[in-house]
Parts: sequence; structure tokens; C-alpha cells
Amino acid sequence: MPAREGTYGLLAEFDTPGDLVRAARQAREDGWRRLDCYTPYPVEEAAEAIGFHRNRVPLVTLIGGLMGLAAMFSMETWISVVAYPLNIAGRPLYSWPAFIIPAYEWTILWSGLSAAFGMLALNGLPQLYHPLFNAPNFRDGATTDKFFLCLEALDPKFDLVEGKRYLEAFSPVSVVEVDY
Amino acid sequence: MATSEIRKGDPGIDPATGEFRVVGQGETFKSVTEKISRIVLTPHTPLGWLAIFGIAGGGATVLLVAVTWLFLKGVGIWAITQPVAWGFAIINFVWWIGIGHAGTLISAILLLFKQTWRNSISRFAEAMTIFAVVCAGMFPLIHVGRPWLGYWLFPIPLTMNVWPQFRSPLLWDVFAVSTYATISVVFWYIGMIPDFGTFRDRSQNKVAQYFYGIFSWGWRGSVRHWMRYETASLLLAGLATPLVLSVHTVISFDFAVAVLPGWHTTIFPPYFVAGAIYSGFAMVLTLAIPLRKFYHLENLVTERHIDNMGKVMLATGFIVAYGYGMEAFMAWYSASHWEAFMFWNRAFGPMGWAYWVLIASNLAIPLTTLWVRRLRTSLSYMFFISIVVNTGMWFERFVIVVTSLYRDFLPSSWGTYRATKWDYLTFIGTLGLFTTLFLLFVRFLPMIPMNEIRMILPAAKIKPKAAAGAD
Repeated sequence: MPAREGTYGLLAEFDTPGDLVRAARQAREDGWRRLDCYTPYPVEEAAEAIGFHRNRVPLVTLIGGLMGLAAMFSMETWISVVAYPLNIAGRPLYSWPAFIIPAYEWTILWSGLSAAFGMLALNGLPQLYHPLFNAPNFRDGATTDKFFLCLEALDPKFDLVEGKRYLEAFSPVSVVEVDY
Repeated sequence: MATSEIRKGDPGIDPATGEFRVVGQGETFKSVTEKISRIVLTPHTPLGWLAIFGIAGGGATVLLVAVTWLFLKGVGIWAITQPVAWGFAIINFVWWIGIGHAGTLISAILLLFKQTWRNSISRFAEAMTIFAVVCAGMFPLIHVGRPWLGYWLFPIPLTMNVWPQFRSPLLWDVFAVSTYATISVVFWYIGMIPDFGTFRDRSQNKVAQYFYGIFSWGWRGSVRHWMRYETASLLLAGLATPLVLSVHTVISFDFAVAVLPGWHTTIFPPYFVAGAIYSGFAMVLTLAIPLRKFYHLENLVTERHIDNMGKVMLATGFIVAYGYGMEAFMAWYSASHWEAFMFWNRAFGPMGWAYWVLIASNLAIPLTTLWVRRLRTSLSYMFFISIVVNTGMWFERFVIVVTSLYRDFLPSSWGTYRATKWDYLTFIGTLGLFTTLFLLFVRFLPMIPMNEIRMILPAAKIKPKAAAGAD
């Protein structure tokens, strides 16, 4: 982890998802780009508000599934035709209809694993340390019943005093400064 | 849910939205979180839990003894021989894996159909799936006689240069069941990650914080993460749906591909899948009814859940009834002497009693009474029905496996089947193992998905901008 010093960002706490979404939408409209929302359950409107519309999990899943399909079908063909040809009741060595079933299962297996682990990888998880965990109210609320908006210090508009005043205009429960 | 059920002033309906209430009145984000996490994070293990754990652990020990003896002596300690070479092991395998199917149905298929009532029961139904698959997966392995050669089932490059035979349904089973087990575990685990985050944050205990922190992969609830998470959950649900249908279909191929009267029928795949879901919902009820009472979860697993599960059982029960009817019809319509005899023997032969037990407990008792709403919402009656149906479904597999095999084409090769004490002990042992695993799950893992419950609370509704001033 690169050594970072100073402020990670400003964290505003809200009681309801509606307040969070309104604040996030306004912040995005006002030109903030490095911002994120933290919620105890998926709030689709908040993702829309910060301009996060599409993700690449479906693509990863598709690629994984096709790889599983190709891997199993070609393995079955190679084993049954080349590596270990067996005469089973006179059926052709390349009896593709019988090969469909394991190939179907592996398509699902590989796409399922790609969806799950692809999602975690795209999320940058596992990440056991994160600066936000330094904020005491984040630990209490983010996974229970509070809704957070974080303006990150990397945003070119970021200024500690101005940013704090900006967030307070949304009448949040609190605004705290989060350090690395 | 039919609209005709809506009555004015029904406490089950939220007056603000006019929608069915899935969670009891007055629950908030905090109250559901506390209610569910308290069960796990409390340092005090309830005495009742310890008592049942003791009994279940005893059952699991019986399994250990039975399997150890089996490995020492061989499968001869079971009653399997010619002509009944598939005995309890295959019956139990099919029974257990069938039970697992309801968990996937609840977690995947009902998710795709946006049935939010599933949220309260999805997690422990998934846990039930996994533990049932654990019990099921063991049987074919110990049935092969030399389980230490079990790796021969997999296509692994070995020095002896022997490869599996991909035209056999038994090998298809290996891939179907192993995929099912893997995907079920992954789906279950992915669902728990945000809840592990909650546990990490709410736990007062350093060890618990450490472990739940690691299991949560550092989940912090960023909405970007949530959106990918939701996409992955939907995709996994979409993948698990064809998977669960294929698993019992492939298992039914084990039978249907054999040229044996009573097995060689095309009705088997749908009939097996419906039967699986039927018995699985019965098992969910067997687990849910005592659990909600013991942990006071009446507000989260409401009467509506019990009622809905009763309806699903009614529907799948009728598909199963159609399967039985078709078997009887084909025995006559096929004009095959062997089919007709098999059916006569199944119902009126020396083991005919098993057939009538199955008809009584799968069709006669549940399918006549589950129509009545008052009975569907009666906890004691539903618990009774769940036990009846589980027994009936076990007998269904007994009838399919044993009564098809013990009197085949040649009267000179007829035999009979009488299970030994080791057969019974192995079966009882898996019940013990299943209960043990389930109790551990209830004690250490979030048994109700907190993040999904929060999502369906009235407070999660985002009011449009115009109404912003009102709240």
C-alpha cells in the first residue's frame, strides 16, 4: 500500500436513503467527480446519482461461461476420441449429444465462479483496511442503518473548509474529516 | 398472491403502500439488524441449542461409526445384493439432494420472480441446501465400495492412462452434483459478505471482529460495490435456476436411461424435479417453524411465509401426483407386459405397503388439506405436514429403487430387500450430521440476510423529490 498522508475525504452522515440520494445527486450536478456513497443495503438511486450506471460483471461472467463450455467439450472430445477411445454399445466415439450435459454443467460452474470472484475483484476486494474505517460513526452505522456520502480529497474541487460547508448545506447528521 | 385475498384492514397489508407486508409492523433498519445479529454475537449459547447440539452430535457420531465399519468391512454390511444392488445409499442420495433443491428455488428462482417474501427465509434455505448436498454427496462415494479410489470419477491425468466414460449418466451426475455443490456454496457465501461486514462492525469481541472482518473481505458498502454485487447476485440466480433443474434431471437419468420397467420413462425428469422441490419446501418448514419460535423471529418469518410455502407445496404436490398418475397410465397404455406387472407388483406385491405409505403421505394427506388457509397458517399442522411429506418422499425413492429392482424380467432371479441395521444407522447418522451442521450455522452465521431485509422495509422507499419536504 502506498504511504499516504493527510485527509482521505469528508464524510457526511444521513439518516434516510432519500436524503443521501438528494445530496449525492446535487453534488454530482455541482461538478464533484471523486465521490462515493456508502449504504447498508443496495440503493440503486444513489449509484445513479453519482453516475455509476454500468458494470463489467456480466462481461466477465460471459467470458467465464464460454471458457467452461469450451474446456469441457474439448476435453470430452479429446478423451473419448483420442486419449481413451472406448466402444460403448457401438456408439460413435464422437457422441456429442452425450457430451452436452457435462459441458452444460461446466458452463454454469465457470460462469458462476467468474460472476462471484469477478465481482469481488472488480470491487477491489479483499481490502481489509480502508481509511473510512477510521471514522467512528462509519463503523457504527455504515453496515447497520446510516447512509454516507464521501467527497474524496482527490477531487480537484476539494477544499477542507469549503467542502465541509458545502456538505453541511444538505443538513446531514454530521460531517467528519477522514484521515488516511 | 391472489388479489381476492386482500381484505380491508388486513394487518398483513401496509396501509401506506397497499402492498403485502413481508416483515412485521414497526421494524426499522436498526431493529432487524439487532434482532438478527444478537443471535450470533451474544456470548451466551442458549441451553436449548446445546441440548439439541448434543443429540445431533450423537447422531453424527453414529454416522462416523457406521462409515468406519463400512470402510473396514465393505458394502456387504448393507443389504444390497442381487437383484437389489441399489439400496438405501441411492435412496438417501436422491432424497437428500431433493431436499436441497428447495433452497436453490427460494434463493434463485424466487429472486428472479421478485418474490420479496423469500428474503427472510432464503439464507437458511440455502444453508439447508448445502448441508443436504453434503449428506447426499457422501452416499455415492461410500457406495462405490472402494471410496479411496473416488478420484477415478474425475478426468485427471493419471499414470495408468485411464479416463472416464462420458456417455454414462453416472458420470454426468459427478459433474452435475459437484457443480451444484460449488455454485450453492459460492452463492451462499457471496450473500453473506455484507452481513459479515455488519457482524465485524457490531461485534464487541476481538476474535469475532478478526474472523468476521476476514470473511467480509473488507466489505464497506460502497454503492459501486453494491451495484456489482447486485448484478452478480442476479447472474448467480439466473445460473442457479437452470442448474437446479438440471441436477435432478441428471439424477433421474441414472434411472431413466436404464432399460428397466419402472425406471425407463420420460416422465422422470420433471417428476423428479417437482418431487425435489416438494420435499425441500417440507424441510424448510421443518426447520423454520421451530427456529422462528426458538429465536423469536415471528416478525421476520411471518405467517405469510408459512402460508406461501404451503401453496408452493400444494402446486408441486400436484405435479408429483401427475407423475404417479402417468406411471400408472403408461403401465396400461404401453401394453408392455413387464411394465404392467411392475406396476401391479409395486402396488399389490409383497412391498405394496410402501407404495400406499407414499400415496397416503404425499397425496392423500397434504393435497386434500393444504387448500384450507386456516390449516396452512396453523404452525403445528404445517410442521406435521412437513414431516409427513418428507417421510412420503423418502418412501417414493424407496419404491422407485427397490420395487423396480427386486422383481425384474426373470422370475428365477427375483429376490427381496431387507435393510440391515447398518443401513438404518447410516441414514440416521446423516440426519445427525445435517442437524449438527445446521445448528453450527445458526450459532455462527447470519441465518437471515440482514441486507436483504433492510431493502424491503418501508423506510427503504425513496420518496420523490416533490415530497422531499414532507419527511
